[in-house]
Amino acid sequence: MAESTEHTITREEVAHLADLARIDLSDAELDHLAPQLSVILESIASIQGVAGDDVPPTSHTLPLTNVYRDDVVRPGLTAEEALSGAPEVEQQRFKVPRILGEEQ
Amino acid sequence: MSPTSADKRTAAELAAALGAGETSSVEITRAHLDRIAVVDGEVHAFLEVDAEGALRDAAASDERRAAGATYGPLDGVPVAVKDVLATRGLPTTCGSRILEGWVPPYDATVVARLRAGGLPILGKTNMDEFAMGSSTEHSAYGPTHNPWDLDRIPGGSGGGSAAAVAAYEAPFAIGTDTGGSIRQPGAVTGTVGVKPTYGGVSRYGLVSLANSLDQAGPVTRSVLDAALLHEVIGGHDPLDSTSIAQPLPALVDAVRRGADGDLTGVRIGVVKELGGEGYQAGVLARFEESVELMTKAGAEVVEVSCPHFVHALATYYLILPAEASSNLARFDAMRYGLRVTPDDSEKGVPPSAEDVMRATREAGFGDEVKRRIILGTYALSSGYYDAYYGQAQKVRTLVTRDFEAAFEQADVLVSPTAPTTAFTIGEKVDDPLAMYLNDLATIPANLSGVPGISGPSGLADEDGLPAGVQILAPAMADDRVYRVGAALESLLVQEWGGRLLDQAPPLVEEGVQRSSRNQGAPS
Repeated sequence: MAESTEHTITREEVAHLADLARIDLSDAELDHLAPQLSVILESIASIQGVAGDDVPPTSHTLPLTNVYRDDVVRPGLTAEEALSGAPEVEQQRFKVPRILGEEQ
Repeated sequence: MSPTSADKRTAAELAAALGAGETSSVEITRAHLDRIAVVDGEVHAFLEVDAEGALRDAAASDERRAAGATYGPLDGVPVAVKDVLATRGLPTTCGSRILEGWVPPYDATVVARLRAGGLPILGKTNMDEFAMGSSTEHSAYGPTHNPWDLDRIPGGSGGGSAAAVAAYEAPFAIGTDTGGSIRQPGAVTGTVGVKPTYGGVSRYGLVSLANSLDQAGPVTRSVLDAALLHEVIGGHDPLDSTSIAQPLPALVDAVRRGADGDLTGVRIGVVKELGGEGYQAGVLARFEESVELMTKAGAEVVEVSCPHFVHALATYYLILPAEASSNLARFDAMRYGLRVTPDDSEKGVPPSAEDVMRATREAGFGDEVKRRIILGTYALSSGYYDAYYGQAQKVRTLVTRDFEAAFEQADVLVSPTAPTTAFTIGEKVDDPLAMYLNDLATIPANLSGVPGISGPSGLADEDGLPAGVQILAPAMADDRVYRVGAALESLLVQEWGGRLLDQAPPLVEEGVQRSSRNQGAPS
């Protein structure tokens, strides 16, 4: 197969993917990661065409069924415990940076 | 016992000594803490040692025993826990800066069961960041060193647990195995590791890497210890919706049945695709000797073919990053963990939550984690989904079908656990593909959820380092891996005249500690 060269990830694509994944990659990291990811991708692209359309996908090895339990009160974390690892707390709540843009 | 001499007794032997009143849990626990104090500067198996908590729990165990009210067969035997399992009141970092200093407000079910069984927890063991790696070099807190040769890797991601057990810092430990992270470290440190059937041990409180693959299990020096520990942590857990609602098979009984070394009537399948090219000669030689020993002990050996196993690595490196990119989205700097607030001088407005997320994840995640998150994000992107992730899910079906066909012909499947012995620290740390190849033989079991054990098969001629043999069985037939594992162990111990670990060079000679190594992060 001579089509292996198409499985590359460009520096721009890595920057876009990092943006989607909410990671601020530095320029040096982009330079470093793009060729590494291309090498990995080229290697794993070999699975294309291995399974025909008639093969069902496996997302999980167990037959998963919804699990219900009775809706009864049981002990849980206190508010203090739940907030114990929070970077910032205010009035027994997680305090977060602004979530809206200026124009919103 | 002098502080520098190791307590080499297995957990089963320690439990027997406790039962006979020959020793106390406090004495045993203190001996292991002393050993940690002496050797862990060199080995760096632990990220956190909880001497106070362990001794308190040991004292409570001794009181229970005096009152004739022990919690179970391992009450009072101390254990180490991989730092990916939540421990109430004890820091849990997953080897990552993003969770540095995080103290969980609850216990993972595995940890709760250790406590309910009366096992004092010595501390938390080192690991590749979020269990991504095969060498423990991707830990943000510096690598763990292989007790057989301190310049070499102890395997990964659970190198800390395996090294702690191999260095006699703990009688046994808990690990987790997503693509081989219990079995491969076991192989390269001369210890025993078991990946249970997926769903056989609760994942509640286990920080997810790839939730359809992750499974916690025992890391020990003997097959019997693994079964004892597995019976403490295993079984249905209503807090984990993927936990199997069936009782565990009788594992300790299976070990006792296998211990006489008789394998008459057992069909052993040698997987054609897990061997040959890419495997070190000494690893293959020891594997073949193990197969020969099992044949002499009455096993019927057949060669089986699992043609899709050659695609297992590629399948894994699509499914794992896809699941990891989703699972690690929870590290968003809002509710726990690191929060980095970027410099906002350019914009003149305070940074938004998204700005904080980006800066935190950039600062808090290491290279390998970033690689896999980006790869997973790519594999799940529209336009690529069918070609990569969708295809990987289909090949996963084919791998499972291969297992099903193979288990028609054989009761268990065997292969070398890892293709090579321990490599040198630094050798592969920036070559992701070379690193991934370590898990060639272990990954198929995770893709299909079947149980597997790795035990030592001997020392490779080339380098005198331990090699491992892997035994796999169908889902929920964990007892089979224990029975055959115990049989092979007793045949090999007979050959060697003791455990393989007895041949490991001493870490501390004449009470003189070697100079402490630089444990700085490699990158």
